[in-house]
Amino acid sequence: MITLTINGLEVSVEEGSTLLEAAQFYGFPIPTLCHMEGLTPYGACRLCVVEIGEGPKAKLVSSCTYPAQEGLKVRTASSRVLKARKMILELLLASCPQSKVIQDLASAHQIRQQRFRQEHEDCILCGLCVRMCKEQMVAQAIGFRGRGEKRSIGTPFDIKSEQCRLCGGCIYVCPACQLRCTFTEPDKAICGGCANLSPPCVEKEPFDDMMCYMQPCVACEIKKD
Amino acid sequence: MAVVYKYQGSFMDRLESIDAFRKLQNRLAHDHDSSKPTIVIPAGTCAQASGANDLIRVTKRELLNRGLTDRIGLRITGCHGFCEAEPSVLIEPSGTFYPKVDVERMVRIVEAVAEGKVLNDLLYVDSSSSRKIEKQNDIPFFKKQVRTILARNEKVDPIRIYDYIENQGYNALVKVLKKGEPRWVVEEVKASQLRGRGGAGFPTGLKWELLANQRNGQGKYLVCNADEGDPGAYMDRSVLEGNPHSIIEGMLIGGYATGANQGVVYVRNEYPMAIKHLMIALRQCHEMGLLGKNILGTNFSFDIKLVRGAGAFVCGEETALIRSVEGKMGEPKQRPPFPVEKGIDGKPTAINNVETWANIPVIIAEGAKEFSKVGTKGSSGTKIFSLVGKIKNTGLVEVPMGISIKEIISDIGGGPVSKAKIKAVQTGGPSGGCIPADRFDLPIDYDSLTKAGSIMGSGGMIVMDENTCMVDVAKYFMNFLKDESCGKCFTCRKGIQRMYEIVEDVSKGEGTLDRLALLEELANVVKDTTMCGLGQTAPNPVLSTLRYFRDEYVEHVKNKHCPAGVCKALITYSINENCTGCTVCVKSCPENAIFGERKQPHRIEPEKCIKCGACKAVCKFEAVTVA
Ligand SMILES: Cc1cc2nc3c(=O)[nH]c(=O)nc-3n(C[C@H](O)[C@H](O)[C@H](O)COP(=O)(O)O)c2cc1C
Ligand code: SF4
Ligand code: SF4
Ligand code: SF4
Ligand code: FES
Repeated sequence: MITLTINGLEVSVEEGSTLLEAAQFYGFPIPTLCHMEGLTPYGACRLCVVEIGEGPKAKLVSSCTYPAQEGLKVRTASSRVLKARKMILELLLASCPQSKVIQDLASAHQIRQQRFRQEHEDCILCGLCVRMCKEQMVAQAIGFRGRGEKRSIGTPFDIKSEQCRLCGGCIYVCPACQLRCTFTEPDKAICGGCANLSPPCVEKEPFDDMMCYMQPCVACEIKKD
Repeated sequence: MAVVYKYQGSFMDRLESIDAFRKLQNRLAHDHDSSKPTIVIPAGTCAQASGANDLIRVTKRELLNRGLTDRIGLRITGCHGFCEAEPSVLIEPSGTFYPKVDVERMVRIVEAVAEGKVLNDLLYVDSSSSRKIEKQNDIPFFKKQVRTILARNEKVDPIRIYDYIENQGYNALVKVLKKGEPRWVVEEVKASQLRGRGGAGFPTGLKWELLANQRNGQGKYLVCNADEGDPGAYMDRSVLEGNPHSIIEGMLIGGYATGANQGVVYVRNEYPMAIKHLMIALRQCHEMGLLGKNILGTNFSFDIKLVRGAGAFVCGEETALIRSVEGKMGEPKQRPPFPVEKGIDGKPTAINNVETWANIPVIIAEGAKEFSKVGTKGSSGTKIFSLVGKIKNTGLVEVPMGISIKEIISDIGGGPVSKAKIKAVQTGGPSGGCIPADRFDLPIDYDSLTKAGSIMGSGGMIVMDENTCMVDVAKYFMNFLKDESCGKCFTCRKGIQRMYEIVEDVSKGEGTLDRLALLEELANVVKDTTMCGLGQTAPNPVLSTLRYFRDEYVEHVKNKHCPAGVCKALITYSINENCTGCTVCVKSCPENAIFGERKQPHRIEPEKCIKCGACKAVCKFEAVTVA
């Protein structure tokens, strides 16, 4: 067992736990976006940052990837953490406002403004789909390619993957847009639970552009009848 | 040519013992005639680009034609550092230095060397005193340097292991093998207070101790990080090209000290000559028994393999480098676990920079105490900088730690290129920051540079003068980083894109003071919330220019004016009354935007002008103005 302090409370967790697991176990809430139980932590969205250490050595780390260490002092809601969290959400909202998940997170954290130039991106590159496909579906049909601005997700050479099991797992876990695959005909797409006025699928022409890796798409096939 | 292949018979015979090595070294020293005049031609990548290959060709031809091959030696070496003067030639043992040599001059130089003369008209002219200087060591550029590493480039032909051995090469390795105490080596490196030259300045001895303390068993790795991705920095390339054996020797010593048995040199593929020279050096070492099993007949075994990277800046980061070596995507990982616990293939791994490795044989050979006499208390030894930008003497300079920026710029660098005053230096590449001229007495060491808002980095030093716009500088680095971030962390990828967006707006005169505040707020969050060193330092160019040159940003925002006359959206080109109507500018303009009769004042049509600056560059009467 490892003993550490979270928000002043001394707690023990099993060796090999992450800070996120430790905090969640003891009931300290930490928002996450690219984390999902059953998938390897990746540390892409940075929303789960917490503050560790003290004095000038204090720093923020992503709690979903950082291992619990003996004697570590962790703060999950210091002003530095809150400030960073808000900025991350503001950035997310600026890039991917149509996502229900992001909308909810932003609203829960009292984000009332968005000061950057508005974008509408399909993907926040959280990597959930990639990990889902690799670790749960054991298909490895999709992956990351490129770096920096050119980073994206897709099948090798962007052609239909022989490996894809058409399971729809990638779509299921995607936080950026759960609506991308409501129907084959854009004008009949129905908006799901969120208050999106313009579901992204509707704007998409042709359909191939969507972040749907399945050919044919299972969901669409079912809804067609 | 006979000279060159003198040892062909015994070349690459395996050295079965330390004694055999000593014997070879003694024989080489015995056969070497230090009074024989030798023409030394630096031919690193930089020198070759400026024509060194022609000089080599001509020299060989002249020596052969005149039957001088036995009387005059020729050594082709790596870079000596004075890139401004290249292609240059050095004559040994006199130390005569000829800058900017061309083919005709080279013929005359060979002649002069044969006759034991010095060609006065070809000597280096010191621009401040207009004095001619014969000897390399008297030239101001070289005088203030302490060239522990770089001077060795002059002594060896990188593809000849015998050159290296003759110049005390592999002596440090032999010393270590004879002593037989790995712990002593670690202690010695610790005592030298050597800090990593790759950027972060982590104490090398400490890193080695951590590696040595890892349980042995499945093997440990040592890595030489030669990714060198900072724009404008090329010191690691020059060391690898010019003296690959010093890196091999350093790694061998490291392997002995830490119990590692496998070395990896990670080089970017854009460095073909470094790769070639290293491959030759590795082959020679294998053949001579300096690498592989039972080195020099002892029970120490160590091997080195070369891994080529595709040249991504982020692959210089330790964990990304490790993944790249493993054949995966170059993407940093969470630390801890640190590479020293879990590195390549999960095995303990220590990574050091090229220059760090090159210092190891020096430390062992002359002793930690002697080594730490150079430099300051917290930062010992020398550091190589690539001095570039708006400065007279560009090149590689090796200086003792603790030297002031002013000494590098004025004494070694020779001051500004033009009438424009120098206003800042940028150190540390994309991860670094700008230091303004009023802080030039700052001593250069790890801690003081960090305090000033920059970093030592791997050694890039870009000089900026009044014609450099600091907003433009920040924009340049953000543009670089937005492509070079691995893209995994949302705040690094998007954060840099957004910083670029705001800085670009400022450069177009579309910024507001609110957005400047947002820029600063965002920069601090990016610094705080990213996983690896790239993201954590990426805001530095923005933050340091905001810290020291905020007024330039404000000027762009408030008055839509770029004081340095760089930001295209905010400047106009016009022609003033100095115009003589020579029409030179008319011909230079790619857009035909300049009008006027010959011998009459000319005029630029603002609508058509694309602000390329071609007219200003060609006008001899300073008649083109930017406002
Ligand atoms: C984005 C990034 C790029 C880096 N690039 C290099 C590099 O090109 N060469 C290098 O030696 N170190 C580079 N480093 C530093 C290395 O991660 C590492 O600290 C260094 O190689 C350790 O060697 P040292 O202790 O000898 O300095 C880089 C770090 C970061 C974060
Ligand atoms: S649908 Fe295909 S790509 Fe998506 S998770 Fe399943 S196997 Fe992977
Ligand atoms: S497609 Fe969705 S799940 Fe996959 S990386 Fe993008 S946002 Fe994440
Ligand atoms: S900080 Fe940037 S470069 Fe480093 S891991 Fe994150 S995204 Fe990649
Ligand atoms: S949840 Fe930890 S970084 Fe995304």
